[in-house]
Amino acid sequence: MTSKNLQPAEDDVVIVQDLRKYFPLKMGFVQTLMSKTAPVVHAVEKVSFTIKKDEILGLVGESGCGKTTTGRLLLRLIEPTEGKVIFKGTDVTALDEQRMREMRRRMQIIFQDPYESLNPRLSIFDIVAEPVRIQRVAKTEQEVHERVVQVLEDLDLVPPEDYIYRFPHELSGGQRQRIAIGRAFILHPEFMVADEPLSMLDASIRSEVARLLIGMVKKFNCSFLYITHDIALARYMCDRLAVMYLGNIVEKGPTETIITKPKHPYTEALIAAVPVPDPTARRTEVIIKGEVPSAVNPPSGCRFHTRCPYAWDLCKKEEPQLLQTEEDRFVACHKYK
Amino acid sequence: MRGWVRAVDDVSFELEKGDALGLAGESGCGKTSAALSILGLLPWNGKVFGGSILYKGEDLLKLDSEQMRKDIRWKRISVVFQGAMNALHPNKSIGHQIAEPIMAHEGLKKKEALERAKKLLDLVGIGASKIDRYPHELSGGMKQRTMTAMALACNPELVIADEPTTALDVIIEAQVLKVMKELQKKMDLSVILISHDLSMIAETANKVAIMYAGKIAEYGDSVDVFKDPLHPYTQKLIGAFPSILGTKKELASIHGFPPDLLSPPPGCRFHPRCAYAMDICKTKEPQMEEVAGSHRSVACHLIGK
Repeated sequence: MTSKNLQPAEDDVVIVQDLRKYFPLKMGFVQTLMSKTAPVVHAVEKVSFTIKKDEILGLVGESGCGKTTTGRLLLRLIEPTEGKVIFKGTDVTALDEQRMREMRRRMQIIFQDPYESLNPRLSIFDIVAEPVRIQRVAKTEQEVHERVVQVLEDLDLVPPEDYIYRFPHELSGGQRQRIAIGRAFILHPEFMVADEPLSMLDASIRSEVARLLIGMVKKFNCSFLYITHDIALARYMCDRLAVMYLGNIVEKGPTETIITKPKHPYTEALIAAVPVPDPTARRTEVIIKGEVPSAVNPPSGCRFHTRCPYAWDLCKKEEPQLLQTEEDRFVACHKYK
Repeated sequence: MRGWVRAVDDVSFELEKGDALGLAGESGCGKTSAALSILGLLPWNGKVFGGSILYKGEDLLKLDSEQMRKDIRWKRISVVFQGAMNALHPNKSIGHQIAEPIMAHEGLKKKEALERAKKLLDLVGIGASKIDRYPHELSGGMKQRTMTAMALACNPELVIADEPTTALDVIIEAQVLKVMKELQKKMDLSVILISHDLSMIAETANKVAIMYAGKIAEYGDSVDVFKDPLHPYTQKLIGAFPSILGTKKELASIHGFPPDLLSPPPGCRFHPRCAYAMDICKTKEPQMEEVAGSHRSVACHLIGK
């Protein structure tokens, strides 16, 4: 079982155990009458991982693989069907509303689209100050001001006075995303989820925001879950990677070893498909066929067997478990039994 | 009105038969506007103020809109629009949508047009059996390939693809690009690829033009440009792209933001963000000049001095 692979160490800040989330499928009236069991989308299926202090864990996968759902489950923005999220010894999934609210001071999220996630009617100052006010962590308005100015300076938005009286529509995409990052970090959270925080930004700005983001994580000793489809950028951001396919984690381990020596056929395909900014680069031609199957009726056995170039009989019948192959390296594939 | 935005300013490039030109740059740099000008499809508030677009020696800017529609668009130059997800008609089957331009431009009967639509669907790897499907029944990658089939419907000589893979996942993107590359070779097409993604351009184009703030900064064979970028902007932009191959390198970042095109900076438009900016860069605009002994042009005061 996957949980056996977990070896809770002292510096594990976040421990995710066998997390599962099923969404009921919307059906028509007649369909509801006709069907015996309600169909569900198997969005997240027995996902387990840990994040250490100071660590950036990358959760990579294609759209629809359940990475965003996992991120939201961790912060309980949606309720899990099953499983536990243990944050510094506390099971977050068991907290009541009052205690969860206190917990949110220590856990934050950055969303993908800075055009959607900032309230257009609030000034930059009010946007960044909002968490401080809601959580009542500053005693005076003077202190609120100091904290806002500090976080803007950390993000190279200098001088802060140039920004705090403006509104989101007056800023560029890169500046807006920095505001969203500032708002998330102003409470000095210990755990943060970032869902595709860089994918809406232009290349020239993306690397700059990436650098600032890493700087913030290290400054506040934050445990960071970085959700992305861009495995090339994840290489620069993350200490460890977990690769997801159709709700399962298929491989996890240190970033560089996964990128240079992928083990799971899906990881291999994912890396081979990434375009390279070099026209003379020799690429391995392992482009897998077809598309991600439906999560309503996921394939039997290994969920990847329908597209896997190495699949054999066993893969269709038996689901491979996430097993340790070497130190800190886990793969769910029958090839590595 | 606050004035005219010079979205595309003094841009020149040329394409030979079978060439794939990548037009690369950040959002707002004018790459889409440049391409839409070629097709005569600029929005109502857009206007071409000067220059010429020679297509096999014929100046497209001298044709009226009816001639453009009848003789040029789709028959000779077609386009794969950005965001295939929204570019298809939701209430019409994809076969019907592919057949429509064939009927309009070549006067074929519906039956014959649908026959050709089937062949096109086979060609892009969707399969003729899906001809009666509606867009909502298809995945993103299939919609994108439908758009490609549509662009090829009337055997054009030039296809303009505007961000053809932006909304797709990497594996699907690789599949679509593979199909496009194969078709380009098979049909001896010329292609203009517009994208902000330099990695994608590096993989598909044999020539590349890097645009910044409405102007071309560097233009040449893609191997030359990617291997030995000369313009400081090109150098930084290529350095800002992470690579999955080789050893991990530090990502370059470009400080500051692209300029407002209503009031672009004087001199070289890149000088406020350029690490090598000299006095002359602030006052005198660099011209595109061919680098001696190569097929490459660069607009930078550092080069050739």
